[in-house]
Amino acid sequence: MSTEVKTKESLFSKKNQQLLKDPFNDNNPITVQVLGICSALAITVKLEPAIVMSLSVMFVLAAGNVIISLIRNLIPNRIRIIVQLVVVASLVILVDQFLKAFAYDVSKQLSVFVGLIITNCIIMGRFEAFALGNGPWKAFLDGIGNSIGYGVILIAVAFVRELLGSGQLLGAQIIPLSWYIDMDKGTGFYANNGFFLFPPMALIVVGMIIWAQRAKNTKLIEEN
Amino acid sequence: MNVNSNAYTYTFATVMVVLVAVLLAGASLGLKSKQENNVKQEKMQSILASVGVAVNRSEAQAAYDDVIKEVLTIQGGEVVSTDRETGFNVDMAGAIKAENMDREVPLYVANKGGETYYIIPLRGKGLWGPVWGFVSLESDGNTVVGANFGHKSETPGLGAEITTPMFTDQFPGKKISEAGLFQSISVVKKGTSAGDYMVDGISGGTITSNGVNDMLSDCLAPYAEYFKNI
Repeated sequence: MSTEVKTKESLFSKKNQQLLKDPFNDNNPITVQVLGICSALAITVKLEPAIVMSLSVMFVLAAGNVIISLIRNLIPNRIRIIVQLVVVASLVILVDQFLKAFAYDVSKQLSVFVGLIITNCIIMGRFEAFALGNGPWKAFLDGIGNSIGYGVILIAVAFVRELLGSGQLLGAQIIPLSWYIDMDKGTGFYANNGFFLFPPMALIVVGMIIWAQRAKNTKLIEEN
Repeated sequence: MNVNSNAYTYTFATVMVVLVAVLLAGASLGLKSKQENNVKQEKMQSILASVGVAVNRSEAQAAYDDVIKEVLTIQGGEVVSTDRETGFNVDMAGAIKAENMDREVPLYVANKGGETYYIIPLRGKGLWGPVWGFVSLESDGNTVVGANFGHKSETPGLGAEITTPMFTDQFPGKKISEAGLFQSISVVKKGTSAGDYMVDGISGGTITSNGVNDMLSDCLAPYAEYFKNI
């Protein structure tokens, strides 16, 4: 028996901290692994759904990672993807049902996006790549870390899009109304950029974030 | 134990499916009455909001019982039922499938500050899914007092703007018929509305706006015959 397996690792050892921090920058699920782009396009028109989506993904990913990690030695290899899918789908349905019963207003805001969590490639990706081969605590940290990495980008994109597209943040007017061009009175100099309300602009914003991140973090730049 | 044998794989899959089914069915059954109650209270809230009564969800039932005096069920311009529950529980999604004159649709009669108002439920199609709403009319059955809309999955920032005051504030004062002839209220391209029978649509949300336009003419029409006789 090898002894190193037996040595107790502290809950927040360097390696475990790395699990939380890595997805934030060096291994960000959206900007580096380019996963979960679909939801980054769909729900970043406004800040509020982006925040609620990030929290829901955090719950589903952390809980799912722990469940998969707990049963990882029992899952038959040939149907492991199906098992993962069942775990995500049931968690998402449970979240949806509980929201509808106890937080009806939040559930209304999320509407179809709750269901979209199932299709979020980050979740299946982390189950397959991490939870299947690691213990529950590590899997939990990995889930939290990745969902934070995902949420940060989502919120950043939504911030830019809501501010420039609607002149608001969280539904509150930020750009002073007196700045807006008023044809009748001939005043004002500002207009919302409607292009920011369309999905392509989310891709462009994500692209700019990737650009800025790579300019700062030279580790990410490929050799050639 | 061989985790990868066929027998184990089948057993695992069967046990997993049964467990998950029991869990989800349990959650669904256990939470059903709470969920339905939420939906019911929200519907009462929307009905009240269309006549300018804003209440919390928890107060909705009491306020509804207080303000809504009658719930009529109308078919072909005739009242076919005056039972409150029958009217409230009409499934609009099913009702609008029938021809205008064959529909059984509810009409809420409200009394607020001594004035009588008529509240009409709407249901139609947006871009991604159903849209719905309530329009309230003055006692003449013609002039609009207020309107509010809801949607299942219209695009946030575009079609979903139909729920905002920017859109709904245009409705008070509009009319649905001219000299007894039903006109409906058209939702037109932003900036081109004029007169009593038009409102501005949402730019970038054209299909949702058109959906609201069709919904208004489709759902208000069955009541026109009834209002002729009041």
